[in-house]
Amino acid sequence: MTRQKIQQASQTTRTVENKARRSLLNGLWLTLSGLALAEIAWLVGSFLKPLKSNGSPDRPAKRIDAGPTDRFAPNTVTAFPQGRFYLACLKDGGFLALSRRCTHLGCTVPWDPEKEQFACPCHASVFDIRGNVIQSPAPRALDRFAVSIENNRVKVDISRPIRRSALGKAEVTYK
Amino acid sequence: MTRRTSLDNPDVNLLQRIWRSVFPSPVRPHTEMGRKRFLRGNLILHFRPPTVKEKTLIFTLSWGLGGIAATLVLLQMATGILLKFIYVPTPIDAYSSVQSIMVQVPFGRLVRNLHHWCANLLVVVLMLHMLRVFFTGAFHHPRQFNWIIGLVLFATVLAANLSGYLLPYDQLAYWAVTVFTAMMGYIPGIGRWLQQALGNGSELGPRTLPFFYSMHTAVIPLLLAGLMGFHFWRIRKAGGLVVPRKPAEPIDEMSPRVPVVPNLLIREVSTALAVTATVLILSIFFDAALSAPANPGLSPNPVRAPWYFAGLQELLLHLHPVVAVCVIPLAAGIFLVSIPYFAYPQSSEGIWFASSRGRTQSINAAVTSMVITPALILVDALVVKTAPWAVDLSPVVRDGLLPLLLISALTTGGIFALRKRWGARLNETTQSLFVAMVTALVVLTLVGIFFRGPSMRLIWPF
Repeated sequence: MTRQKIQQASQTTRTVENKARRSLLNGLWLTLSGLALAEIAWLVGSFLKPLKSNGSPDRPAKRIDAGPTDRFAPNTVTAFPQGRFYLACLKDGGFLALSRRCTHLGCTVPWDPEKEQFACPCHASVFDIRGNVIQSPAPRALDRFAVSIENNRVKVDISRPIRRSALGKAEVTYK
Repeated sequence: MTRRTSLDNPDVNLLQRIWRSVFPSPVRPHTEMGRKRFLRGNLILHFRPPTVKEKTLIFTLSWGLGGIAATLVLLQMATGILLKFIYVPTPIDAYSSVQSIMVQVPFGRLVRNLHHWCANLLVVVLMLHMLRVFFTGAFHHPRQFNWIIGLVLFATVLAANLSGYLLPYDQLAYWAVTVFTAMMGYIPGIGRWLQQALGNGSELGPRTLPFFYSMHTAVIPLLLAGLMGFHFWRIRKAGGLVVPRKPAEPIDEMSPRVPVVPNLLIREVSTALAVTATVLILSIFFDAALSAPANPGLSPNPVRAPWYFAGLQELLLHLHPVVAVCVIPLAAGIFLVSIPYFAYPQSSEGIWFASSRGRTQSINAAVTSMVITPALILVDALVVKTAPWAVDLSPVVRDGLLPLLLISALTTGGIFALRKRWGARLNETTQSLFVAMVTALVVLTLVGIFFRGPSMRLIWPF
């Protein structure tokens, strides 16, 4: 009888021990496989991640000489395909450099000189000469580039488009 | 009965022995027993069950749509592999390599056309297949998860079409993908990162084409093959297709069965041949478009999405981009995924349109949606876009919150009316909602394709 009891007791302790050991090992395995998965995910992510060389925000200023100020008549828009912008000369003679990229989904907006507006061919957004939204779905005004006037020549810094929601006076550059 | 081997049969020559080592059973069996052995001894066919329920063979149950889709995917892989030999995945050479496929390579135009038409047909066929599965209630237990796999397969095919759309690097491709990457930018949280990964932030970068090419020719085909195997295996585990029945009939567990060879096999092979013939005829007479080479400085006017995204483009014309890109697709996705998991009072598997009441309610839902969707489009285009009170509203409110509130109010009102006024059960409510959604998508797509002119303004086409 006693021998049987001892045997039983040892068996129960063994199973208890086994349980603890098993859960420890299971936990270890789970952790290890989790780590392995994370490693693989990191590897895949590093292949998909954009390379550092392009798209960094601290690009050096890249200024384009748009020409002498008197070349632009008031209330006209001139396209600069190389610089990917429009130079708008407002009625009061102020200058504004507008990105040609629609703020909705990135199509190139053409200037319609008859209607005096930019009309996006992709989703029918319409902007006025100042780049303000006349008709949605564009959620904000056209991005602008910094304009400066030196020695009566218009210079546009195309390195960084400036996001805006509405037009403030300071954005227009005068002679 | 003992098997006779070539060893104890001296009359068999070497060629016959080799033949029998490859095809152990007769290739054209004439007896029932022989057909069963043929089925089991054939690598491809042994995935099929030996028998199927006779009622599931009726053409008007499945319309052969699943088989047609599978055939189209196989044709896509075959033609895709051929195209891959000549296509060059760099922005500079892509366009001219597609041109040389069309002009220089014998049958190159035909193979490209085949790839194009199969891709377009696949979207149509999958949509119809999904409608068929839904309307015969083939998403109830035990087919619940297979509905989800089907949805993922559909999304994968759309991804295949989108990624393939960029590869010719013509104007159509360039602007469709510019719009797509810009759309990704509106996804909260990961949008910016995604946009950077896909392109160069604002425009398509040097990494865009390699990314889409790898997706299109490696990731998506592998995913498709795996998912298709999973989908078919689950059909077999569910005991084959759903057995059609009348609304009053109980589910018949002991439906009579017939052997797969030849009953099912001959139907499948003839469908596959008919599909192949159809796409061949289409590809001989209608060329896939190739517009001018990509020009980042000039968006063509108007820029049209491929027809299967025309509905989404129409949404983007009216709604705030975050709503059109994230909220509505997400809501529709959640609804589609949860369809098999609602607590239905009873399974409507095998009953077309759930019940006779379900049928009339579906028609009502379709008609309502057909009236409301164009009305909303017109209200937005004629009133909201020009009204003085709307100009000063923030775009988030005017194009985002207000339309969302309106849509939710209409949906809730519709559900309420269905349940209280017409006594619809959950089966029928879900069905009506699904019908209204599909109809709205169809209307949006038709408006996007036929009723939009230069600068995407509304026009009357007739």
